[in-house]
Amino acid sequence: MTVDSQNTGRAFYRKQADLLPEKAAPVTSVGALGWLRTNMFSGWFNTGLTLIAVYILWRIIPPIVDWVFLTSDVEGVDRFACTNSGACWAWLDQRIRQYLYGFYPADQIWRVNIAVILLFPALAPMLFSGMPYKRILSWFSLAYPVIATILIIGGLGLEPVSTNRFGGFMLNLIVGLSGIVLSLPVGIVLALARRSQLPIVRTLSVLFIEAVRGVPLLTLLFVSNIILPIFLPPDVTFDSLVRVIIMVTAFSAAYMAEVIRGGLQAIPRGQYEAAQAMGLNYSKMMALIILPQALKISIPGIVNTFIGLFKDTTLVILIGLFDILGIGKAMVANPDWQGLGTETYAFVACFFFVVCFSMSRYSVYLEKRLDTEERR
Amino acid sequence: MSDQATTTPQNGATSDPIIEITGLNKWFGSFHVLRDINLKVGRQEKIVICGPSGSGKSTLIRCINRLENHQEGHIVVDGTELTHDLKKIDLIRSEVGMVFQQFNLFPHLTVLENCTLAPIWVRKVPKKRAEELGREYLERVKIPEQADKYPGQLSGGQQQRVAIARSLCMEPNIMLFDEPTSALDPEMIKEVLDVMVDLAESGMTMLVVTHEMGFAAQVADQIIFMDEGQIVEQNTPDEFFNNPKSDRTALFLSQILS
Repeated sequence: MTVDSQNTGRAFYRKQADLLPEKAAPVTSVGALGWLRTNMFSGWFNTGLTLIAVYILWRIIPPIVDWVFLTSDVEGVDRFACTNSGACWAWLDQRIRQYLYGFYPADQIWRVNIAVILLFPALAPMLFSGMPYKRILSWFSLAYPVIATILIIGGLGLEPVSTNRFGGFMLNLIVGLSGIVLSLPVGIVLALARRSQLPIVRTLSVLFIEAVRGVPLLTLLFVSNIILPIFLPPDVTFDSLVRVIIMVTAFSAAYMAEVIRGGLQAIPRGQYEAAQAMGLNYSKMMALIILPQALKISIPGIVNTFIGLFKDTTLVILIGLFDILGIGKAMVANPDWQGLGTETYAFVACFFFVVCFSMSRYSVYLEKRLDTEERR
Repeated sequence: MSDQATTTPQNGATSDPIIEITGLNKWFGSFHVLRDINLKVGRQEKIVICGPSGSGKSTLIRCINRLENHQEGHIVVDGTELTHDLKKIDLIRSEVGMVFQQFNLFPHLTVLENCTLAPIWVRKVPKKRAEELGREYLERVKIPEQADKYPGQLSGGQQQRVAIARSLCMEPNIMLFDEPTSALDPEMIKEVLDVMVDLAESGMTMLVVTHEMGFAAQVADQIIFMDEGQIVEQNTPDEFFNNPKSDRTALFLSQILS
């Protein structure tokens, strides 16, 4: 019968013994050759782009290397010593201390260096999992702000150094790190307050965020520096460094709050319900279930805010503090070293790039480490 | 059937009610979702709640651990009345386990950590003991080997079994199931139902919202049929399937069993 024969003609089955064995992938799709083929030369258009990119790099990189290293001057006491066609690095020898430490007393600089060296063991337990001696290191991390403050400002037998002698990259690091460390918790509190069921708490949070986010950071710095002292009683004086740190923290915290609020909104209702159904109260639910997930989602935005904050530390120049960029500007205006803007700003930019790029790479590492979907 | 409000459980359950709901009314905005619900659940009793979607069955069991609050009536769970008192709510929640349709496992914690979190932070069980407890219940839901994986690495059926183990780790007196198999592939429904049958046989008090009528027939002491926020029929499985008293029940059964 026709119908039957059609049916049997289409039916198909494999016996267990006939199941197909695994076969090796073709050479052109694995290994270095495969990589080049799929990533660089996967068609005439992509091949063209690859060749153009190689050409552009070839035109840019050798001249830069030439200018920075091969035809540059490194010795001399002023700009007239620079006779080669490349960059003039003669000022480095004389000025590097200012760039790094500002006007910090030369015989006390070792204190700053120790504080910087101690920063690494203090950060390690917070940044990486599976550190040895984690418990001791964590206590050290908590104590670090106090230790660093005493080292840098003085006290306990160390000669006091006024904060108006702080400057250079050290100033950027102090303002930047304090801002980073303080703005995250403040931002979390603001974000939670903004999602609170209590109208007064919510309104206060919204007012703070919108007011601070709605004006330039520079305005806040001016307000803290010039206008606030007018309203405060004359005997109440705030150190200008402390004022800067407070304002930078408030500014970043407002942005941070919105970034974290975005993360909080991405957490499904079911997570709250599951936590509540187990009898966790609000603070435990937030600390153990909601925030760990919300912060993980928010990592790119948080790091974005950190990077912005760190670069904004250069604004202190406008209220009379000399950070690394301010020192550079001052040097370029000095008759001995006039006209070295390119060298100076490239040098300063490197410092910021190293710090910001490290933060960016760290965030990539952290996202990978926390990714529980991919780990199989 | 004599009185619909009191039930006569099988399986040696006592008639002393562990959950007592009287005159319960609830509105979402102006929408009347639960209308004059009266229900007594005895210790170790198993109740299956079914009905069309939007009939208020999930809302009803979510009122029992106050994931939803009610506007009128009284809910007494194990001697404690649910009010706005947050301490009492947390106390009741720690004694009432809940399993959700979407599992709601915590994706940033391992399977074992999911199980030990509430015992450690709510019951203050020492970590070591909590882990023993966690492994014991994972064994019971037949996935001890998945303890150190993350929920995202498990199949739906496995995730739901972890969710059951997670609830059991709090050693609850009552378990609520909110459509536990509705989000699962057909192949995985059975593995979850097997665990639930096992749990029912161990004497747990259970309220189960489900469309799995085979499960209802097998373990339920009472089946409740809800429609438009009301309990339309409450009956023993035998009577419910073979001799439904309400036309609405008969219609519903003819639609889902056809």
